[in-house]
Amino acid sequence: MADFFHMGGYAIYVWSSYGLALLVLVGLLLASLGTLRRKERLLRSLEQTLPRRRRRAGAGDAGGEEKP
Amino acid sequence: MMTRKKRRLYMLLLALAGLGTATALTLTAFEENVAFFFSPSDLATKPPGDKRVRVGGLVEGGSVVKVDDGVSTRFTITDTAHSVTITTDRPLPDLFREGQGVLVEGRMGSDGVFVASEVLAKHDEKYMPKEVADALKASGQFKPELPGKPVYEAGK
Amino acid sequence: MHRFANPARFLRLAALILPWVSVLSAILFAAGLYLALFVSPEDYQQGDTVRIMYVHVPAAWMAMFTYSSMAVAAACALVWRHPLAEVYSKAAAPLGAGFTLLCLVTGSLWGEPMWGTWWVWDARLTSVLILFFLYLGYMALVDAFDDPQRGHRAGAILLLVGAINVPIIKFSVDWWNTLHQPASVLRMDGPAIHGDMLWPLLILALAFKTYFAATVILRMRAELAERKIQTLRLTQAGGV
Repeated sequence: MADFFHMGGYAIYVWSSYGLALLVLVGLLLASLGTLRRKERLLRSLEQTLPRRRRRAGAGDAGGEEKP
Repeated sequence: MMTRKKRRLYMLLLALAGLGTATALTLTAFEENVAFFFSPSDLATKPPGDKRVRVGGLVEGGSVVKVDDGVSTRFTITDTAHSVTITTDRPLPDLFREGQGVLVEGRMGSDGVFVASEVLAKHDEKYMPKEVADALKASGQFKPELPGKPVYEAGK
Repeated sequence: MHRFANPARFLRLAALILPWVSVLSAILFAAGLYLALFVSPEDYQQGDTVRIMYVHVPAAWMAMFTYSSMAVAAACALVWRHPLAEVYSKAAAPLGAGFTLLCLVTGSLWGEPMWGTWWVWDARLTSVLILFFLYLGYMALVDAFDDPQRGHRAGAILLLVGAINVPIIKFSVDWWNTLHQPASVLRMDGPAIHGDMLWPLLILALAFKTYFAATVILRMRAELAERKIQTLRLTQAGGV
């Protein structure tokens, strides 16, 4: 097991690489999830304050089903 | 509607083709500067004089000797056509060994010995376990690959 | 083309795909890391440092793949005015920048013990550094305009101009003398890498790709929500 962590004397290089990969990938994932949650919460609160019938100009409005 | 989209597409393709051609021409014109190092043959074809240059080649088997001062190393690098003798007082990278591709940076001395102020190891693109490499070596199929190609054509 | 342009249709499709790619990514990462760290052999020359490859190479591939896909999206945005293309490029850019940074730093951590240097200005390393700056430049440019539409237009043009860098990165090691070695996997006469090392590499490459798919879906959903918020605010300001 000590051998495993020792990495033939290159431990610092190998483990820093894997550590950084973990940091970058998890960091980007958490940041993306955080932004999504924040935006969706804001969107819901905005939709509640607006009268229903005004809600048709939304960019991603589901009302845009095209017909064949 | 269709024609406008088509026109935009053609304009885009034309612009990209122009950009590509311009880049290709620029890079070809600056080939000498884009090359990170020269081969020993380049040094023979076009002596660098007093300029600082990088040379890359294979460390010749049996050529590595420790110089008497205890710090310096002397060795020969080759691209099989030409070879250069190198001397350096810098530490050598872990991968430095006979038959290995290396790059040295420095100046050609007046005595024809290249004085390197930096030695880098260059490995080829082959990865394999030790046992596989040993088996290849035993069967004589193991050939070290030259680290680069001549930048200058001979006779130019 | 416009069959998939409808954001609502995209959101439904994304909701369908997301759980699958997420689970797949987790499985691939677990399997890939196990193979890379515990099973795969040491390299005959480089010893244990070869394990850096299992992070470095997938990151490099993703850096190039992400940029290429953003450039294709930019062309779709400019020529066909595809409404989701801009959303995709904007969502993918920080991920691409992250992959490129990961590639550069792990390369440095590999170069120091093996080559004997953290960094050299050879054609491969320099062109990847330029790729990193292209990502940063794109992200800055898209946000630099008051009118988001103009920002996206300028960003798309930058992406297309910078696309010339992708083949330069790929072929730099063949065209010029570089310290970086030529390609080991994607080469004409088959991989120059032993199977015991190739498998963990390919599995981790797939893990990175599925991670990217899942994360870019999350980011695109966030961007679409942001667009709805903008539209709602406009109607609110104008109508109420």
